[in-house]
Amino acid sequence: MLLIECPYCGERPEPEFQYGGQAHVARPRDPAAVSTQEWADYLYRRDNTRGVHAERWRHTHGCGRFFNALRDTRTDHFLATYRVGEAPPAPAPAVPR
Amino acid sequence: MHARAHCALTEAPAMQSFSGLTLLLRGLTGQRGWTAQWRSPEPRAEYDALIVGGGGHGLGAAYYLASEHRLTNIAVLEKGWIGGGNTGRNTTIIRSNYLWDESAALYEHALKIWEDLAQALNYNLMFSQRGVLMLAHTVHDAQVFKRHVHANRANGIDNEWITPEQAKAFCPPLNIENIRYPVLGAALQRRGGTARHDAVAWGYARAADALGVDIIENCEVTGIRRDDNGAVAAVETTRGTIRARRVGVAAAGHTSVIMRMAGVELPLESYPLQALVSEPVKPIFPCVVMSNTIHAYISQSDKGELVIGAGTDAYTSYTQRGGLHITSHALEAICELFPMFRRLRMLRNWGGIVDVTPDRSPIIGLTPVPGLYVNCGWGTGGFKATPGSAHVFAWTIARGEPHPINAPFTLERFRDGRLIDEAAAAAVAH
Repeated sequence: MLLIECPYCGERPEPEFQYGGQAHVARPRDPAAVSTQEWADYLYRRDNTRGVHAERWRHTHGCGRFFNALRDTRTDHFLATYRVGEAPPAPAPAVPR
Repeated sequence: MHARAHCALTEAPAMQSFSGLTLLLRGLTGQRGWTAQWRSPEPRAEYDALIVGGGGHGLGAAYYLASEHRLTNIAVLEKGWIGGGNTGRNTTIIRSNYLWDESAALYEHALKIWEDLAQALNYNLMFSQRGVLMLAHTVHDAQVFKRHVHANRANGIDNEWITPEQAKAFCPPLNIENIRYPVLGAALQRRGGTARHDAVAWGYARAADALGVDIIENCEVTGIRRDDNGAVAAVETTRGTIRARRVGVAAAGHTSVIMRMAGVELPLESYPLQALVSEPVKPIFPCVVMSNTIHAYISQSDKGELVIGAGTDAYTSYTQRGGLHITSHALEAICELFPMFRRLRMLRNWGGIVDVTPDRSPIIGLTPVPGLYVNCGWGTGGFKATPGSAHVFAWTIARGEPHPINAPFTLERFRDGRLIDEAAAAAVAH
């Protein structure tokens, strides 16, 4: 199982967390103003990166907070975890959103 | 690259037929005289069509392109060895008891082809219609499965609701007495069952090769070239550039990677899906059993191993492995359902990469790029559909438009709100 570094609690085993999907997927500020394709992209299109992937995790069986992570999906190696609102540390995700 | 005049192996030899008689004769003469089941030709500079992905769906599509649509100047490109991806890693379950009309038609199309496939391919697929039992453990389960039964029967697909005692009679190892989540009944599809997953890939490969299809292994696609009109012109690979006007991508968990090369973005996420087998034991498990609520499914292979699977790991990954806690959870379910297996030793555990769509239904059809076709999004349930998927994908590539059966499974359905929601059909709770 993965060992994940919660930015608030430190390194904890994977069963303490819930995966939160791709990070930095911004909900359109005015849903009524975007096209159906743009809305569908927000709901469903994902990078599905084979490489460094920016994603969210939630420490559900710990502090309960969401945070972000950079993980290489070719190896499951975590490069970094960072708090909501912080910029991802270098290297930047392989596929810019 | 060999000049064609020199290399007899660029011409497909007549397929060596398998039969009881040939097996006996060759067995008595030291197993001499068997020929390779498919060639390993060098890729040509150009083909009429290319299939990217040498799994069951891709090899089957190549076979049907050649056999039904007379497109024989085609090649299957596989980055590793054929059947080495999800085709070689699944838990071999075959059924067609999906809820929605669109899905029922697709999986039943596959099941009907399965029933004659070994004969059609002259290959032992170990196809066994031993029955698939889907267990109900709660009032909700019972209501959902009864609804499934009615929907299936309205679509001419066999499915029946049976009592816990009948389920026990059908599958004697099943625990209906002393179990935390009681067995309230089950939906039984008698025509469902299993097949040997490797054999499907090899059977299609051999038959396609005999029709002239080139199967190119160790050939990874690294780029897709488009012409000035944006249509597909060629693929770049680790074995050179190959021109083609029609390219069908059947690359499962790697579909996002491949399609991005042509600028096509998809609603896919690739997750690890694990499975495991026990040590081989004598025949004890007569059918397939699946439990959504207790979260595992199981059958027994012809080799005697209990083949067990459950749900995906929770995060996207291309590693083909997952966490032990996921596997342990599945085994707890198996031990609860079948107490006689509590002492069984597990032999092998592995993972694949499953491409999952938001509605858990596949995407089979055209893309925004002319000449580029995609067959993906089968998630945790692609093996059962192999011949049906291959058949309609070949139709789509050959004719440039979908077969009526795959017509609803468009990429555009996510924009248009026409989702085919089969989240309940995967037989493990999401």
